[in-house]
Amino acid sequence: MKFLAEYRDPELAKQYLQEIKNTVTQPWSIMEVCGGQTHSLVKNGIIDMLPKEVTMIHGPGCPVCVTPLHLIDKAIHLALQENVILCSFGDMLRVPGSSKNLLEAKAEGGDVRILYSPLEAVQIAEANPSKEVVFFAVGFETTAPANALSVINAYRKGLKNYSILASHVLVPPAIECVMEDVDSHIDGFLAAGHVCTIMGNFEYYPLVEKYKVPIVVTGFEPLDVLQGILMVVRQLEAHKAEVENQYARIVKEEGNLEAQKMIFEVFEITDRLWRGMEIIPMSGYQVKEKYADFDATKKFKIEIEEAEENPECIAGEIMKGIKKPIECPEFGKKCKPTNPLGAPMVSSEGACAAYFHYSGLVEEY
Amino acid sequence: MASKTKPVKMQLQCPMPKLDFDVITLGHGSGGVLTNKLLDSGVFDLLSNEVLDERHDGAFIEMNGKLAFSTDSFLVSPIFFPGGNIGELAVNGTVNDLAMCGAIPKYLSLSFIIEEGLKMTEFWEILTSIKFACEKAGVQVVTGDTKVVEKGKGDKIFINTSGIGTIHPKANINKNNIKIGDKIIVSGNIASHGMAIMSVREGLEFDSEIISDTTNLNTTIINLIEQFGANIHLLTDPTRGGVATVLKEIAMATEIGIDIFQKYLPIETQVDSACELLGLDPLYVANEGLFISFVEASIADDYLKYLQSDANGANAKLIGSVVNEHPKQVIMESAIGGKRVVSMLPGEQLPRIC
Repeated sequence: MKFLAEYRDPELAKQYLQEIKNTVTQPWSIMEVCGGQTHSLVKNGIIDMLPKEVTMIHGPGCPVCVTPLHLIDKAIHLALQENVILCSFGDMLRVPGSSKNLLEAKAEGGDVRILYSPLEAVQIAEANPSKEVVFFAVGFETTAPANALSVINAYRKGLKNYSILASHVLVPPAIECVMEDVDSHIDGFLAAGHVCTIMGNFEYYPLVEKYKVPIVVTGFEPLDVLQGILMVVRQLEAHKAEVENQYARIVKEEGNLEAQKMIFEVFEITDRLWRGMEIIPMSGYQVKEKYADFDATKKFKIEIEEAEENPECIAGEIMKGIKKPIECPEFGKKCKPTNPLGAPMVSSEGACAAYFHYSGLVEEY
Repeated sequence: MASKTKPVKMQLQCPMPKLDFDVITLGHGSGGVLTNKLLDSGVFDLLSNEVLDERHDGAFIEMNGKLAFSTDSFLVSPIFFPGGNIGELAVNGTVNDLAMCGAIPKYLSLSFIIEEGLKMTEFWEILTSIKFACEKAGVQVVTGDTKVVEKGKGDKIFINTSGIGTIHPKANINKNNIKIGDKIIVSGNIASHGMAIMSVREGLEFDSEIISDTTNLNTTIINLIEQFGANIHLLTDPTRGGVATVLKEIAMATEIGIDIFQKYLPIETQVDSACELLGLDPLYVANEGLFISFVEASIADDYLKYLQSDANGANAKLIGSVVNEHPKQVIMESAIGGKRVVSMLPGEQLPRIC
């Protein structure tokens, strides 16, 4: 496959691995921020191919995992309303709310539809004027432009029956949160290539300054990840802490200015609760007042009780890289993808699910 | 849920007789005049054979020796998809399940559960596909049933087929015959059927030329059995759950280890790209006209060559082997040489956010 096969070349992979081995002289902990990178690491078996000095720590960049419980409960509540069509990205459907997930809401008769693009939700709203169409707009900066565009489109079309249930989160504050945690010891970061495709690299310079850690903007194919790791290791061994761009074939220094314009037309930065973690200041987007009619949290009076997370789930420690999934006492026991205690066991990008599926630690699956 | 799907071009393969109704209504499943009208409209003519023509409560058939018997229900949405429709799928599915037992499929039962409102032209097209699929596979529909449910209680049409066939005398297909060293051969490109369906499903439509691989495999299988007999240890078709799920099921059931290699997995570029775009793993995507063989290592090369000379096996590949290590587990070597476990999915494969 063009533009992919090139980045999965086994010979080049070997060379990168050798180069990492040749460069590394001491133990380093590197966090891959994005769940897509976690997925690539485990799916391609990279973790076991790395020299023992390099430990990969899986970061908080799984949008499914960090979407707060009460928001999932809200989505489920909306989905079960008679006149609502709830549209969502696929992997949100299995994430547990406090009593059920969206798949179960669908089974109970909720009109829940899996979409790839929020723009399709706008089309559904146009085609179903007597229904309220709500798009569950989750994700990092990557999905924000398309979600914003859906609101802009609905606004321009004068649609009264379209809204988004937004739960956008931002990468740089999450890195800051990880670095501020006394229990986490991260030496360097692979930043999320697709987030930077939208936002550019400028937000990372202050982090590098403040925490003296290398941050390498990295892609998702095996060779991308290996090269990103090599670049971080080279910096660490040379006592450098800089922002570098491994994913230069996609990521421009300034990012995608058009996309940023769309984001800030519709959204403004706000404090955001991260599931399993805490409220991180200025770490998410909310819909601006101008577009309040398209904000499902304002449009619908959703009164549900604030639910408690399952106390047995250690998602927070996992997402900050303090613990590995296998260090959780319930991993593969009480907590399995078929019966997850927390979100990281659900999404294919969740660290726990990735370990569960690909590590062979649990025999019966 | 209302379904609005990308239309798939439908062409009537047989002229439809003139009828005084355009859509199927509840009355067509009542057993009364309308049912008879529907059946007499051509169902019996289309599928006509001596046994069916008896039109008794059940079929009178005669068979000798060891038999295989299988059943399957078909609920694909949309019912017409690139490369086929639910009718031929229902025939091929059961025919192939029998073939995987080493049987020569002979008779089928055919049951429809129709949602009222189904267009008669669509039903006719499905019926003609069934007719042609039966002819191609050399099987006869000998008994059947038609029920109609209210609008909203079905998804246009559900079909159940059961089939029966005689086990080929040279066949000895059994999970317990699998042994360490066996070679694992997949008969063609993986994931085509699932992605063909996905490409026309509401909300996920994308432009592609991916077509379903649905076809009957019984002739191919019988030829292989004639040629290689008991050296074929197991045959299985990786339909729902894809290649990964069947391999894992076999590893679990037989307590053997399985090694496969990503670089040998045959997949069409378009299908591979579509899976990439949607964030789906082709190893878990459904197949229809595909089968996996576990064969004695000493005949594997000959078997592969023989299979590749068959139209249903042109893209066949040896993808791995049965090993002593890691019992109950399937391990795949990734394209870059890393290793990972292949496990079952907790449910339907869901497209990823980004």
